[in-house]
Amino acid sequence: MNTRSIFVGGLVTALVALSSGAAAQSNASDTPAFYLTGTCTNCHGTQGRSAGAMPSLAGLSQSYLVEQMKQFREGKRPATIMHEIARGYSDEQAALIAEYFARQSPVR
Amino acid sequence: MMQRHAFTRRDMLRFATASTTLSLLSACAGAGPVLKPVGKVVVVGGGFGGATAAKHLRMWSGGRVAVTLVEPSWQFVSCPMSNLVVGGSKTLADITVGYQGLKRWGVNVVHDTVSSIDADKHRVHLASGTSWSYDRLVVSPGVDFLYDQVQGMTADASTVVPHAWKAGGQTVLLRRQLEAMPDGGVVVMSIPLAPYRCPPGPYERACQIAWYLKTRKAKGKLIVLDANPQVTSKGPLFTRAWKESYADLLDYRPNAKVTEVDVPGKTFVLELGDRVKGDVLNLIPPMRAADIARASHLVTANQRWCEVDWITMESAAVKDVHVLGDATLSAPGMPKSGHMANQHAKAAAAAIIEIFSGRRPEPPTMVNTCYSFVDDHRAIHVSSVHRYDEGKKTLVPVAGAGGVSIPDGERWAIEGSYASGWAQTIWADMLA
Repeated sequence: MNTRSIFVGGLVTALVALSSGAAAQSNASDTPAFYLTGTCTNCHGTQGRSAGAMPSLAGLSQSYLVEQMKQFREGKRPATIMHEIARGYSDEQAALIAEYFARQSPVR
Repeated sequence: MMQRHAFTRRDMLRFATASTTLSLLSACAGAGPVLKPVGKVVVVGGGFGGATAAKHLRMWSGGRVAVTLVEPSWQFVSCPMSNLVVGGSKTLADITVGYQGLKRWGVNVVHDTVSSIDADKHRVHLASGTSWSYDRLVVSPGVDFLYDQVQGMTADASTVVPHAWKAGGQTVLLRRQLEAMPDGGVVVMSIPLAPYRCPPGPYERACQIAWYLKTRKAKGKLIVLDANPQVTSKGPLFTRAWKESYADLLDYRPNAKVTEVDVPGKTFVLELGDRVKGDVLNLIPPMRAADIARASHLVTANQRWCEVDWITMESAAVKDVHVLGDATLSAPGMPKSGHMANQHAKAAAAAIIEIFSGRRPEPPTMVNTCYSFVDDHRAIHVSSVHRYDEGKKTLVPVAGAGGVSIPDGERWAIEGSYASGWAQTIWADMLA
């Protein structure tokens, strides 16, 4: 299975789980998720491997990451900044990002 | 015409070999037969924008885009965190990173200066006499100063009245002047009208100078002359920090535009003629996109900034040239910051790879985070998320997202550790 089919596979899962409206207009199946993850990696590290106090995201499960984004967005998980940033992402984007980081090998 | 270079099995093997230790690279190389993007990119400038673009063009294309980065400096010195060198809680070595990491990604790093860009022939000429051809050019040149707007001030005079707004020798010069100043001396800094590089930066600097005075030269004073009517970023937070920590020694004066410098007399002259003398002067001059952008006809707005297409970062004026970072005419609500330049770079890298692949680039999402240290360990932030608006044809801040630190100084220590982590991680994201 090549990388592209993994992306598409992940996206299909996301689309089944979420409303199809936003997904249909963005034609996201042609856009590798890693472009979007570039908005996370300045703080959480390239491929989700942080060099500082922010947590590494590499290898965390997709469902955990999606749930954290939801909790930040809803103010249920306390944060200094992530509650502000999480509100800038759609459910669909959160799912794409989570799918990517879940696939990276975890930091030991 | 865009040149395309045949992507051979041999190339793929070479890239695959070079990337065995880089899992994402190897993963992407597997997508090669599907995407088939091959092209040549020259990147001008190795700062937050250029270095990030160079790395991500290599990484995201699985090594199939050839990248040459032209940067005069042998090492990257970060503007973010450089105010802590001025304040004395960090050294220049702490904020300096080499370019070896980019070489490991297969970026051809050339330490030289661009003398001209021939956009018609798709070629960049360097001071050494060599030249490089490109399919797509990325220009991330930063800013240069408008000394002609400040009478009596010249580039040469910045060795006496430092700007310290490009990190490196200037940062150290300002630090040395503060160290040499006797206790009881007066420091005067001047902030230009917005827009300028790093909106909260001057106010962070005020904190750092004030922290140095408070801890080492308690009889000293800092006068901040701000051309703007109020603190332009995180206003209530900076005002609180000043009041709580530096009330006795920091004198902030809004609507105080410096129009002249008496360099030998160490005196700033304001628009209405008032004179403010100091022992150490720090002039952050008005600024515009760097010289190379102007010489290459990329500057299209107010003779200062470069307009771009916010999907691809391609210049509004010159085809196949992408402009990043502080040099751009900012989209609404978007600061000129290193973090933002990193985001511009990723949007440009993605767009270029998509174009090389024969596809239409998707509109990007971008995030900004700016931390400012109020002393040696506490920091405050401002954040925003930006999305493309199809109607307005630009990026706009997402309503309801973004914000600033809570106004409680006790909570700013944890943010200080995130601010340090931010610096370490973004330097690695662009250079490692």
